[in-house]
Amino acid sequence: MKIAVLSGKGGTGKTTVATSLAQSLPECQYIDCDVEEPNGAIFLNPDLSQKFPVQVLVPQVDDNKCNKCGECAKACQFHAIAVVKNKVLVFPEICHHCGACIIACPREAVSETKRTIGFVETSRRGHFLQGKLNIGEPISVPIIQDLKRRMHEGIPVILDCSPGASCTVVQSIEGCDYCILVTEPTPFGLHDLKIAVQVVKKMGIPFGVVINKATSDNTSIQDCCRESQIEVLLEIPFSKEIAEGYSRGLLPVQNELWKDKFRKLYKEVKKVQA
Amino acid sequence: MKIAVSSTGTTLESTMDQRFGRAANFVVVDTETMDFESLNNGAAASGGGAGISAAQTVVDKGVGAIITGNIGPNAMNVLQAAQVDIFRGSPVSVKENIAKHQKGLLERIDTSVAAHSGMGR
Repeated sequence: MKIAVLSGKGGTGKTTVATSLAQSLPECQYIDCDVEEPNGAIFLNPDLSQKFPVQVLVPQVDDNKCNKCGECAKACQFHAIAVVKNKVLVFPEICHHCGACIIACPREAVSETKRTIGFVETSRRGHFLQGKLNIGEPISVPIIQDLKRRMHEGIPVILDCSPGASCTVVQSIEGCDYCILVTEPTPFGLHDLKIAVQVVKKMGIPFGVVINKATSDNTSIQDCCRESQIEVLLEIPFSKEIAEGYSRGLLPVQNELWKDKFRKLYKEVKKVQA
Repeated sequence: MKIAVSSTGTTLESTMDQRFGRAANFVVVDTETMDFESLNNGAAASGGGAGISAAQTVVDKGVGAIITGNIGPNAMNVLQAAQVDIFRGSPVSVKENIAKHQKGLLERIDTSVAAHSGMGR
């Protein structure tokens, strides 16, 4: 079963939930898809023994064949090519690797060349995976695609997503069996939860909510979930003890009580498959 | 010479737009006749590469110079490759900016601002 953990708002506790769930299960694969800032490794302490570069294909122009007609620049939907004064300028970091420029060129002057944008690291048996986007690179989707090609079959797979609800999150949750939406009782937490709910509904993925930093004096998330008939899977209280543990790299599931709660969470999620 | 001015509107009286890639329009002025043409900047609302696309638009019009407020690194690369001079205008009308340029009062821009500066972040 493939379970994605996402949130909308950043800092609500995606990694706390995803890594806690991973630690509560006898066997699973954990994938850190937050490739701009992966931090699951801090809690799960994997042996990251293998590293693979992630490469994308970007255009290169053969000046001998090119007659500066500009068709490649016109074809590019991302403005990654400009043709001026007998010069073709390629902006590889803006390129979305679609290959339209190659098709558009009437003189076969455009070809593709590999460019490294980041890398994927895995533990020896591939039970822990994380992607890292190189600093300054704007497009992280190819790294998530690479991570997802390495998903295991037959054991639970937990995908720890990036914050937000944009391409990277859509890429991460696509094909998953269930989405756990982690949020917190703040106006931003509620606002961004609603956006995340729209995304998973649109994609037709079953989902439930985990409320982190829950307090009895703010029930905005519970109220919203009740009105929208969304299942609240678990509440993690606003607790100094949990926060102190987190700051030392310790998860709530160090405590058997919480481990049990996360096992129950998994059982609840697994019902969807039945 | 033809000069493109990034503009909030479509006439010589329109105020200059401080942004280049995300400017609403470009008013292209022939400095000898003061004839002008307004180009809608289709790139203003694009997700990325607005500066590159805007630069391509004005270069394709055969301008020799542009007047704008700030310019990003990618647009600067395109304009420099096309040997288009870039001048720093002020948020007054297109006409006044052209007049100042003709008197040699506008400074040349040769350093770009950070990417995405015109996106209101």
